[in-house]
Amino acid sequence: MLLSNLECYSILKMQSGDYLIINFAKNNIFLSLRLILTVFVTLLMISCKNEKSAENADLSVNSDQKSVVKDENEIKVVSYSFNEFEKLLYKEDDKLHIINFWATWCKPCIEELPSFQKIRKEYAHKGVELTLVSLDFPKQLETRLVPYIKKHNIEAEVVLLDDPKGNDWIPKVDSTWSGAIPATLIYDANHRKFYERSFSYDELKQEVEGFVN
Amino acid sequence: MLKVLTVVAIVIIISAFAVENFDLSASGYAVGDEAVDFSLKNVDGNMVSLSDYTEAKGFIIVFTCNTCPFAAANEDRILALDKKYSELGYPVIAINPNNPSVKPGESFSIMQKRAKQKQYTFPYLVDQGQKVFPKYGANKTPHVFVLQKEDDNNIVRYIGAIDDSVREPESVDKRFVEEAVDALLAGKKVEVETTKAIGCSIKA
Repeated sequence: MLLSNLECYSILKMQSGDYLIINFAKNNIFLSLRLILTVFVTLLMISCKNEKSAENADLSVNSDQKSVVKDENEIKVVSYSFNEFEKLLYKEDDKLHIINFWATWCKPCIEELPSFQKIRKEYAHKGVELTLVSLDFPKQLETRLVPYIKKHNIEAEVVLLDDPKGNDWIPKVDSTWSGAIPATLIYDANHRKFYERSFSYDELKQEVEGFVN
Repeated sequence: MLKVLTVVAIVIIISAFAVENFDLSASGYAVGDEAVDFSLKNVDGNMVSLSDYTEAKGFIIVFTCNTCPFAAANEDRILALDKKYSELGYPVIAINPNNPSVKPGESFSIMQKRAKQKQYTFPYLVDQGQKVFPKYGANKTPHVFVLQKEDDNNIVRYIGAIDDSVREPESVDKRFVEEAVDALLAGKKVEVETTKAIGCSIKA
Protein backbone atom coordinates (compact mmCIF):
# COMPACT_ATOMS: atom_id res chain seq x y z
CA MET A 1 0.00 0.00 0.00
CA LEU A 2 2.74 2.39 0.97
CA LEU A 3 4.70 1.51 -2.13
CA SER A 4 1.75 1.98 -4.43
CA ASN A 5 1.07 5.33 -2.81
CA LEU A 6 4.61 6.37 -3.42
CA GLU A 7 4.39 5.32 -7.03
CA CYS A 8 1.20 7.19 -7.46
CA TYR A 9 2.71 10.19 -5.80
CA SER A 10 5.62 10.22 -8.17
CA ILE A 11 3.27 9.95 -11.13
CA LEU A 12 1.24 12.92 -9.97
CA LYS A 13 4.42 14.81 -9.37
CA MET A 14 5.76 13.98 -12.78
CA GLN A 15 2.64 14.97 -14.60
CA SER A 16 2.35 18.20 -12.75
CA GLY A 17 5.67 19.79 -13.58
CA ASP A 18 4.28 22.10 -16.23
CA TYR A 19 1.68 23.57 -13.94
CA LEU A 20 3.97 24.35 -11.07
CA ILE A 21 3.97 28.11 -11.30
CA ILE A 22 0.27 28.51 -12.00
CA ASN A 23 -0.70 26.25 -9.19
CA PHE A 24 1.61 27.92 -6.79
CA ALA A 25 0.01 31.23 -7.52
CA LYS A 26 -3.48 29.81 -7.37
CA ASN A 27 -3.14 28.28 -3.96
CA ASN A 28 -2.86 30.32 -0.84
CA ILE A 29 0.54 29.61 0.63
CA PHE A 30 -0.61 30.71 4.04
CA LEU A 31 -3.02 27.82 4.32
CA SER A 32 -2.13 25.58 7.16
CA LEU A 33 0.54 23.18 6.04
CA ARG A 34 -0.95 20.41 8.09
CA LEU A 35 -4.32 20.80 6.47
CA ILE A 36 -2.84 20.64 3.01
CA LEU A 37 -0.82 17.59 3.87
CA THR A 38 -3.81 15.83 5.37
CA VAL A 39 -5.89 16.50 2.31
CA PHE A 40 -3.00 15.48 0.12
CA VAL A 41 -2.47 12.15 1.86
CA THR A 42 -6.19 11.45 1.98
CA LEU A 43 -6.61 12.14 -1.69
CA LEU A 44 -3.67 9.95 -2.51
CA MET A 45 -5.19 7.14 -0.52
CA ILE A 46 -8.43 7.57 -2.41
CA SER A 47 -6.92 7.91 -5.82
CA CYS A 48 -4.55 5.02 -5.30
CA LYS A 49 -7.08 2.70 -3.77
CA ASN A 50 -6.44 -0.88 -4.61
CA GLU A 51 -8.87 -3.44 -5.84
CA LYS A 52 -8.59 -5.33 -2.61
CA SER A 53 -11.10 -3.12 -0.90
CA ALA A 54 -13.74 -4.66 -3.12
CA GLU A 55 -12.54 -8.14 -2.37
CA ASN A 56 -12.68 -7.53 1.35
CA ALA A 57 -16.21 -6.39 0.96
CA ASP A 58 -18.91 -7.71 3.13
CA LEU A 59 -19.06 -11.45 2.95
CA SER A 60 -22.54 -11.86 4.33
CA VAL A 61 -24.10 -12.30 0.93
CA ASN A 62 -26.36 -14.96 2.34
CA SER A 63 -28.01 -12.63 4.80
CA ASP A 64 -29.62 -10.94 1.85
CA GLN A 65 -30.98 -14.14 0.49
CA LYS A 66 -33.55 -14.82 3.17
CA SER A 67 -35.99 -12.82 1.17
CA VAL A 68 -39.02 -14.33 -0.43
CA VAL A 69 -38.30 -16.16 -3.61
CA LYS A 70 -39.77 -14.12 -6.39
CA ASP A 71 -42.10 -15.40 -8.93
CA GLU A 72 -40.20 -15.75 -12.18
CA ASN A 73 -42.68 -13.66 -14.05
CA GLU A 74 -42.24 -10.79 -11.66
CA ILE A 75 -38.79 -9.78 -12.80
CA LYS A 76 -38.98 -7.03 -15.32
CA VAL A 77 -35.98 -5.07 -16.41
CA VAL A 78 -36.84 -1.92 -18.26
CA SER A 79 -34.57 -0.91 -21.09
CA TYR A 80 -33.92 2.81 -21.42
CA SER A 81 -32.23 5.09 -23.86
CA PHE A 82 -30.27 7.78 -22.04
CA ASN A 83 -32.96 10.37 -22.67
CA GLU A 84 -35.52 8.16 -20.99
CA PHE A 85 -33.10 7.23 -18.23
CA GLU A 86 -31.89 10.73 -17.39
CA LYS A 87 -34.90 11.56 -15.19
CA LEU A 88 -33.71 8.94 -12.71
CA LEU A 89 -30.67 11.12 -12.08
CA TYR A 90 -32.73 14.14 -11.11
CA LYS A 91 -35.63 12.95 -8.97
CA GLU A 92 -36.92 15.75 -6.85
CA ASP A 93 -38.16 14.07 -3.71
CA ASP A 94 -37.04 13.64 -0.11
CA LYS A 95 -35.16 10.40 -0.78
CA LEU A 96 -31.49 9.61 -1.02
CA HIS A 97 -30.82 8.00 -4.39
CA ILE A 98 -27.96 5.62 -4.96
CA ILE A 99 -27.43 4.95 -8.64
CA ASN A 100 -24.89 2.21 -9.28
CA PHE A 101 -23.55 1.53 -12.79
CA TRP A 102 -22.61 -2.12 -13.20
CA ALA A 103 -22.74 -5.19 -15.44
CA THR A 104 -22.98 -8.89 -14.74
CA TRP A 105 -19.64 -9.44 -16.47
CA CYS A 106 -17.85 -6.78 -14.40
CA LYS A 107 -16.09 -8.54 -11.52
CA PRO A 108 -15.50 -5.58 -9.20
CA CYS A 109 -19.14 -4.57 -9.82
CA ILE A 110 -20.65 -7.85 -8.73
CA GLU A 111 -18.25 -7.99 -5.80
CA GLU A 112 -19.66 -4.78 -4.42
CA LEU A 113 -23.33 -5.59 -5.13
CA PRO A 114 -23.94 -7.34 -1.77
CA SER A 115 -22.76 -4.20 0.06
CA PHE A 116 -25.16 -2.06 -1.94
CA GLN A 117 -28.02 -4.44 -1.24
CA LYS A 118 -27.24 -4.49 2.46
CA ILE A 119 -27.13 -0.70 2.64
CA ARG A 120 -30.42 -0.55 0.76
CA LYS A 121 -32.09 -2.70 3.40
CA GLU A 122 -30.52 -1.04 6.38
CA TYR A 123 -31.28 2.48 5.24
CA ALA A 124 -34.66 1.91 3.64
CA HIS A 125 -36.33 3.53 6.66
CA LYS A 126 -34.18 6.60 6.11
CA GLY A 127 -35.41 6.96 2.56
CA VAL A 128 -32.50 5.41 0.72
CA GLU A 129 -33.37 4.07 -2.72
CA LEU A 130 -31.04 1.97 -4.82
CA THR A 131 -31.15 1.76 -8.61
CA LEU A 132 -28.83 -0.67 -10.35
CA VAL A 133 -28.08 0.52 -13.85
CA SER A 134 -26.90 -2.41 -15.91
CA LEU A 135 -24.60 -1.85 -18.86
CA ASP A 136 -24.87 -5.43 -19.98
CA PHE A 137 -25.16 -6.22 -23.64
CA PRO A 138 -28.79 -5.58 -24.64
CA LYS A 139 -28.84 -8.94 -26.39
CA GLN A 140 -28.12 -10.65 -23.07
CA LEU A 141 -30.98 -9.11 -21.14
CA GLU A 142 -33.03 -12.30 -21.01
CA THR A 143 -30.20 -14.78 -21.21
CA ARG A 144 -27.85 -13.27 -18.66
CA LEU A 145 -29.14 -10.24 -16.78
CA VAL A 146 -32.55 -11.53 -15.70
CA PRO A 147 -31.16 -14.94 -14.63
CA TYR A 148 -28.49 -13.12 -12.61
CA ILE A 149 -31.11 -11.02 -10.83
CA LYS A 150 -33.09 -14.16 -10.01
CA LYS A 151 -30.12 -16.15 -8.85
CA HIS A 152 -28.85 -13.42 -6.56
CA ASN A 153 -32.25 -12.35 -5.38
CA ILE A 154 -31.70 -8.73 -6.25
CA GLU A 155 -34.62 -6.74 -4.97
CA ALA A 156 -33.47 -3.29 -5.92
CA GLU A 157 -34.74 -1.81 -9.14
CA VAL A 158 -32.59 -2.87 -12.08
CA VAL A 159 -32.72 -0.99 -15.36
CA LEU A 160 -30.78 -1.62 -18.54
CA LEU A 161 -29.18 1.45 -20.04
CA ASP A 162 -29.28 0.54 -23.69
CA ASP A 163 -27.75 3.53 -25.40
CA PRO A 164 -24.75 2.96 -27.62
CA LYS A 165 -23.67 6.60 -27.71
CA GLY A 166 -21.56 6.59 -24.56
CA ASN A 167 -19.53 9.58 -25.65
CA ASP A 168 -22.71 11.66 -25.56
CA TRP A 169 -24.23 10.43 -22.32
CA ILE A 170 -21.28 9.53 -20.06
CA PRO A 171 -20.40 13.22 -19.46
CA LYS A 172 -24.08 13.90 -18.68
CA VAL A 173 -23.96 11.48 -15.75
CA ASP A 174 -20.86 13.22 -14.46
CA SER A 175 -18.25 15.33 -16.21
CA THR A 176 -15.41 13.50 -14.45
CA TRP A 177 -16.50 9.99 -15.38
CA SER A 178 -14.12 8.20 -17.77
CA GLY A 179 -16.68 5.48 -18.44
CA ALA A 180 -15.01 2.79 -16.34
CA ILE A 181 -17.32 0.71 -14.16
CA PRO A 182 -18.17 0.26 -11.36
CA ALA A 183 -19.28 3.84 -10.85
CA THR A 184 -21.83 5.26 -8.43
CA LEU A 185 -23.84 8.44 -8.12
CA ILE A 186 -25.41 9.39 -4.79
CA TYR A 187 -27.76 12.34 -4.63
CA ASP A 188 -30.57 13.93 -2.69
CA ALA A 189 -32.41 17.19 -3.12
CA ASN A 190 -29.39 19.21 -2.01
CA HIS A 191 -26.24 17.26 -2.73
CA ARG A 192 -24.76 15.07 -5.37
CA LYS A 193 -21.56 13.06 -5.45
CA PHE A 194 -20.09 10.86 -8.15
CA TYR A 195 -17.62 8.05 -7.53
CA GLU A 196 -15.60 6.21 -10.18
CA ARG A 197 -14.45 3.47 -7.82
CA SER A 198 -15.39 0.30 -5.96
CA PHE A 199 -16.98 0.35 -2.52
CA SER A 200 -16.68 -1.92 0.47
CA TYR A 201 -19.67 -2.05 2.79
CA ASP A 202 -17.97 0.25 5.33
CA GLU A 203 -16.93 2.76 2.70
CA LEU A 204 -20.41 2.92 1.24
CA LYS A 205 -21.99 3.20 4.67
CA GLN A 206 -19.70 6.10 5.47
CA GLU A 207 -20.77 7.95 2.32
CA VAL A 208 -24.45 7.29 2.96
CA GLU A 209 -24.08 8.41 6.58
CA GLY A 210 -22.57 11.64 5.27
CA PHE A 211 -25.78 12.25 3.34
CA VAL A 212 -28.46 11.12 5.75
CA ASN A 213 -27.03 12.83 8.83
CA MET B 1 16.31 28.54 8.26
CA LEU B 2 16.34 29.21 4.56
CA LYS B 3 16.68 25.50 3.92
CA VAL B 4 13.71 24.71 6.13
CA LEU B 5 11.62 27.34 4.35
CA THR B 6 12.60 25.94 0.99
CA VAL B 7 11.60 22.44 2.03
CA VAL B 8 8.29 23.73 3.42
CA ALA B 9 7.64 25.67 0.22
CA ILE B 10 8.38 22.64 -1.93
CA VAL B 11 6.04 20.47 0.14
CA ILE B 12 3.28 23.07 -0.20
CA ILE B 13 3.77 23.32 -3.93
CA ILE B 14 3.77 19.58 -4.42
CA SER B 15 0.70 19.04 -2.28
CA ALA B 16 -1.06 21.94 -3.96
CA PHE B 17 -0.76 20.57 -7.43
CA ALA B 18 -1.33 17.01 -6.35
CA VAL B 19 -4.71 18.13 -5.06
CA GLU B 20 -5.32 20.17 -8.18
CA ASN B 21 -4.49 17.22 -10.35
CA PHE B 22 -6.81 14.90 -8.52
CA ASP B 23 -9.65 17.37 -8.79
CA LEU B 24 -9.28 17.52 -12.51
CA SER B 25 -8.76 13.78 -12.81
CA ALA B 26 -5.89 14.85 -14.96
CA SER B 27 -3.44 12.05 -14.36
CA GLY B 28 -2.03 10.73 -17.60
CA TYR B 29 -1.56 12.34 -20.97
CA ALA B 30 -3.60 15.08 -22.52
CA VAL B 31 -3.77 15.66 -26.25
CA GLY B 32 -0.56 17.41 -27.30
CA ASP B 33 1.63 15.72 -24.71
CA GLU B 34 4.66 13.73 -25.69
CA ALA B 35 4.20 10.01 -24.99
CA VAL B 36 7.11 8.04 -23.59
CA ASP B 37 8.47 5.02 -25.35
CA PHE B 38 8.48 1.65 -23.61
CA SER B 39 9.99 -1.77 -23.95
CA LEU B 40 7.39 -4.46 -23.30
CA LYS B 41 7.23 -8.17 -23.93
CA ASN B 42 5.11 -9.33 -26.85
CA VAL B 43 3.17 -12.60 -26.99
CA ASP B 44 5.93 -13.96 -29.27
CA GLY B 45 8.48 -13.41 -26.50
CA ASN B 46 10.26 -10.47 -28.16
CA MET B 47 10.53 -7.03 -26.63
CA VAL B 48 8.74 -4.24 -28.53
CA SER B 49 9.39 -0.48 -28.44
CA LEU B 50 7.92 2.36 -30.46
CA SER B 51 11.45 3.18 -31.61
CA ASP B 52 11.58 -0.20 -33.41
CA TYR B 53 9.13 1.19 -35.95
CA THR B 54 11.46 3.42 -37.92
CA GLU B 55 9.06 3.75 -40.86
CA ALA B 56 5.92 4.51 -38.84
CA LYS B 57 4.25 7.91 -39.01
CA GLY B 58 2.53 7.23 -35.73
CA PHE B 59 0.77 4.60 -33.69
CA ILE B 60 -2.63 3.40 -32.59
CA ILE B 61 -1.98 2.29 -29.00
CA VAL B 62 -4.86 0.19 -27.65
CA PHE B 63 -5.05 -0.79 -23.99
CA THR B 64 -7.07 -3.97 -24.11
CA CYS B 65 -7.24 -7.31 -22.33
CA ASN B 66 -8.36 -10.94 -22.40
CA THR B 67 -11.36 -10.88 -20.11
CA CYS B 68 -13.34 -7.66 -20.56
CA PRO B 69 -16.41 -8.32 -22.72
CA PHE B 70 -16.27 -4.76 -24.03
CA ALA B 71 -12.68 -5.35 -25.12
CA ALA B 72 -13.76 -8.60 -26.76
CA ALA B 73 -16.62 -6.77 -28.49
CA ASN B 74 -14.00 -4.45 -29.99
CA GLU B 75 -11.46 -7.09 -30.98
CA ASP B 76 -12.53 -7.32 -34.61
CA ARG B 77 -12.55 -3.55 -34.84
CA ILE B 78 -8.97 -3.43 -33.51
CA LEU B 79 -7.92 -5.98 -36.11
CA ALA B 80 -9.64 -3.93 -38.82
CA LEU B 81 -7.82 -0.78 -37.69
CA ASP B 82 -4.45 -2.51 -37.98
CA LYS B 83 -5.32 -3.97 -41.34
CA LYS B 84 -6.27 -0.58 -42.70
CA TYR B 85 -3.72 1.69 -41.07
CA SER B 86 -0.56 -0.28 -40.53
CA GLU B 87 0.36 -0.03 -44.20
CA LEU B 88 -0.46 3.68 -44.11
CA GLY B 89 2.09 4.16 -41.33
CA TYR B 90 -0.11 3.87 -38.24
CA PRO B 91 0.26 0.34 -36.84
CA VAL B 92 -1.79 -0.91 -33.89
CA ILE B 93 0.11 -1.74 -30.70
CA ALA B 94 -2.06 -3.53 -28.12
CA ILE B 95 -1.06 -3.45 -24.46
CA ASN B 96 -2.66 -5.49 -21.68
CA PRO B 97 -2.49 -3.32 -18.54
CA ASN B 98 -4.14 -5.79 -16.17
CA ASN B 99 -2.27 -7.56 -13.41
CA PRO B 100 -2.67 -11.33 -13.82
CA SER B 101 -2.16 -11.88 -10.10
CA VAL B 102 -5.36 -9.87 -9.52
CA LYS B 103 -7.14 -11.40 -12.48
CA PRO B 104 -5.76 -14.80 -13.55
CA GLY B 105 -7.56 -14.64 -16.90
CA GLU B 106 -5.07 -11.95 -17.90
CA SER B 107 -2.05 -14.26 -17.81
CA PHE B 108 0.62 -14.23 -20.51
CA SER B 109 -0.30 -17.71 -21.73
CA ILE B 110 -3.95 -16.74 -22.17
CA MET B 111 -2.81 -13.61 -24.04
CA GLN B 112 -0.78 -15.88 -26.32
CA LYS B 113 -3.76 -18.13 -26.87
CA ARG B 114 -6.03 -15.20 -27.65
CA ALA B 115 -3.57 -13.64 -30.09
CA LYS B 116 -3.13 -16.96 -31.88
CA GLN B 117 -6.83 -17.78 -31.99
CA LYS B 118 -7.81 -14.41 -33.45
CA GLN B 119 -4.63 -14.18 -35.55
CA TYR B 120 -3.53 -10.82 -34.24
CA THR B 121 -1.57 -8.94 -36.88
CA PHE B 122 -0.23 -6.55 -34.24
CA PRO B 123 1.87 -6.99 -31.10
CA TYR B 124 -0.01 -7.75 -27.89
CA LEU B 125 2.23 -6.59 -25.07
CA VAL B 126 2.30 -7.24 -21.34
CA ASP B 127 2.49 -4.13 -19.18
CA GLN B 128 4.84 -5.90 -16.80
CA GLY B 129 4.51 -4.40 -13.32
CA GLN B 130 1.68 -2.14 -14.56
CA LYS B 131 4.09 0.73 -15.23
CA VAL B 132 3.08 2.01 -18.66
CA PHE B 133 -0.69 2.43 -18.43
CA PRO B 134 -0.58 4.98 -15.56
CA LYS B 135 1.85 7.13 -17.56
CA TYR B 136 -0.59 7.19 -20.44
CA GLY B 137 -3.54 7.61 -18.12
CA ALA B 138 -5.44 4.62 -19.44
CA ASN B 139 -8.15 3.78 -16.92
CA LYS B 140 -10.15 1.14 -18.68
CA THR B 141 -10.14 -1.40 -21.48
CA PRO B 142 -10.51 -0.74 -24.32
CA HIS B 143 -8.83 2.69 -24.28
CA VAL B 144 -7.08 4.09 -27.36
CA PHE B 145 -4.26 6.61 -27.73
CA VAL B 146 -3.34 7.78 -31.24
CA LEU B 147 0.22 9.06 -31.42
CA GLN B 148 1.83 11.03 -34.23
CA LYS B 149 5.57 11.00 -34.79
CA GLU B 150 7.10 14.44 -34.89
CA ASP B 151 10.85 14.36 -35.39
CA ASP B 152 11.60 11.57 -32.98
CA ASN B 153 8.86 12.34 -30.50
CA ASN B 154 5.47 10.68 -30.29
CA ILE B 155 2.79 13.27 -29.70
CA VAL B 156 -0.64 12.28 -28.37
CA ARG B 157 -3.32 13.33 -30.89
CA TYR B 158 -6.39 11.41 -29.77
CA ILE B 159 -7.56 9.69 -26.57
CA GLY B 160 -10.71 7.65 -26.17
CA ALA B 161 -12.92 5.07 -27.78
CA ILE B 162 -12.56 3.33 -31.13
CA ASP B 163 -16.00 4.50 -32.19
CA ASP B 164 -19.31 5.73 -30.80
CA SER B 165 -20.88 2.34 -30.07
CA VAL B 166 -18.77 0.06 -27.90
CA ARG B 167 -21.45 -2.53 -27.26
CA GLU B 168 -22.97 -2.88 -30.71
CA PRO B 169 -20.83 -2.61 -33.83
CA GLU B 170 -24.00 -2.37 -35.91
CA SER B 171 -24.92 0.96 -34.27
CA VAL B 172 -21.66 2.73 -35.11
CA ASP B 173 -22.09 6.15 -36.69
CA LYS B 174 -18.78 7.80 -35.93
CA ARG B 175 -15.45 6.01 -36.19
CA PHE B 176 -13.42 8.25 -33.91
CA VAL B 177 -10.01 6.58 -34.30
CA GLU B 178 -10.34 6.32 -38.07
CA GLU B 179 -11.36 9.97 -38.32
CA ALA B 180 -8.39 10.98 -36.17
CA VAL B 181 -5.85 8.97 -38.16
CA ASP B 182 -7.36 10.07 -41.48
CA ALA B 183 -6.99 13.69 -40.40
CA LEU B 184 -3.36 13.15 -39.39
CA LEU B 185 -2.59 11.40 -42.67
CA ALA B 186 -4.12 14.34 -44.53
CA GLY B 187 -2.01 16.77 -42.50
CA LYS B 188 -5.07 18.16 -40.77
CA LYS B 189 -5.94 18.76 -37.15
CA VAL B 190 -7.91 16.02 -35.43
CA GLU B 191 -11.45 17.28 -34.97
CA VAL B 192 -12.69 15.13 -32.10
CA GLU B 193 -9.63 14.73 -29.86
CA THR B 194 -11.12 12.98 -26.83
CA THR B 195 -14.11 10.71 -26.38
CA LYS B 196 -15.59 8.58 -23.62
CA ALA B 197 -16.96 5.06 -23.57
CA ILE B 198 -17.94 2.42 -21.04
CA GLY B 199 -15.15 -0.02 -20.31
CA CYS B 200 -13.76 -2.36 -17.70
CA SER B 201 -11.70 -0.71 -15.01
CA ILE B 202 -8.06 -1.76 -15.13
CA LYS B 203 -7.11 -4.35 -12.54
CA ALA B 204 -3.73 -3.29 -11.21
